[in-house]
Amino acid sequence: MNNTAFFPYLLTMALVTYLIRMLPLAAIRRRIQSRFLQAFLRYVPYAVLGAMTFPAVFSATGNMATSLCGLAIGVLLGFMEKGLLTVALSACAAAYLAGFIF
Amino acid sequence: MADRHPKRSPRDGRAARWFREILRAGKAKEAATVAANTGKAPRTYARGAGSMRGCGVLDYRRGFKHGLPIALGYISVSFAFGIQASAAGLYPWQALLISMLNVTSAGQMAGLQLMVAGAGLPEMALTQLTINLRYGLMSLALSQKLDGSMTLPHRLAISFCNTDEVFILAAAQPGKVGRAYLYGLTNGPYLGWALGTFAGAVAGNLLPVSVTAPLGLAIYGMFLAILLPPFRHCREIRFVVLVAVALSCLFTYLPVCKPLTGGFRIILCAVGASALGAWLFPEPAATEAPTPCDGDGLTEQDRINREVRL
Repeated sequence: MNNTAFFPYLLTMALVTYLIRMLPLAAIRRRIQSRFLQAFLRYVPYAVLGAMTFPAVFSATGNMATSLCGLAIGVLLGFMEKGLLTVALSACAAAYLAGFIF
Repeated sequence: MADRHPKRSPRDGRAARWFREILRAGKAKEAATVAANTGKAPRTYARGAGSMRGCGVLDYRRGFKHGLPIALGYISVSFAFGIQASAAGLYPWQALLISMLNVTSAGQMAGLQLMVAGAGLPEMALTQLTINLRYGLMSLALSQKLDGSMTLPHRLAISFCNTDEVFILAAAQPGKVGRAYLYGLTNGPYLGWALGTFAGAVAGNLLPVSVTAPLGLAIYGMFLAILLPPFRHCREIRFVVLVAVALSCLFTYLPVCKPLTGGFRIILCAVGASALGAWLFPEPAATEAPTPCDGDGLTEQDRINREVRL
């Protein structure tokens, strides 16, 4: 792509994305007092995590069957409270091996 | 013991004893810090809570370690982006520049499509805004987790690579987080994101799909590892997560909701589920009273064990 077209796009994307991320973090310096908001913000990461994982994980490998195999191993090890890397790699390995079957 | 290490000299013994003593002293000190910081809230594990923590090499290394699985997942995801970018007619360095300046998966994919379509700049700005608005919510939540070491310049720097995964890991840490931990946490994924993009753009088709496809699960495997322990231990979090998952599946599969972009879907689900959770289970906030869900519902010993495993 030629640069006169590329750079305006690039700068627009980068600027908008950065401002969205930066403004709340730079502007809010004190502790939020509202009880409701505090509880709300405490739950946000887990809600985000749930919404990002499901249902996207079903098509993570591009194949429902291998994704489900990886998911099953991931859920099992996650419930056993294994470390992040262990769970992530085991899920990948399970999906890879399942690829030979499906 | 002596039989199993017949060659061990007395010096080794002394060194080992000395080392053990140091360890014990460190643990005692840590226990004291925990006790001091949590006078009112004995179940809150205060690692990184004091301002003296948060700027150390150890914290950086801990963060870097935590970021490794993210980096791994990012390599696979950004690899796919690199392939798509070069297929769309971008030079590898252009793809790399996009990844280095944006650091957002869904936003970049959408941006790439708009570039190829020759869309106007306002459309580009609006698309990025809707897809990436969720980061505003995450930054808001993260702003409540930062300790005193996060002054304005560091906030400006860290927010640059506050991605979904980084935010979630930082937010799942017990207590407050400091800048050393956050730099450690973000450096690996940023590098992985950039390198993966470049590799994908230059040599995208060298690796067989049977290898690259399963790597797409790395991120989700990591999510499960973060999500499931508190899910198991804490009723409130279990409720919030189940609501979010149900909403997310509903919004994805209902034909009426098809026009919702991924970013908007996540915002709606997260806000809906968290608001419902906060409405049903608001926690005593003013007194910092301990609750089973502070941090992620693990006991201190659990957490130390887990730390070791990470």
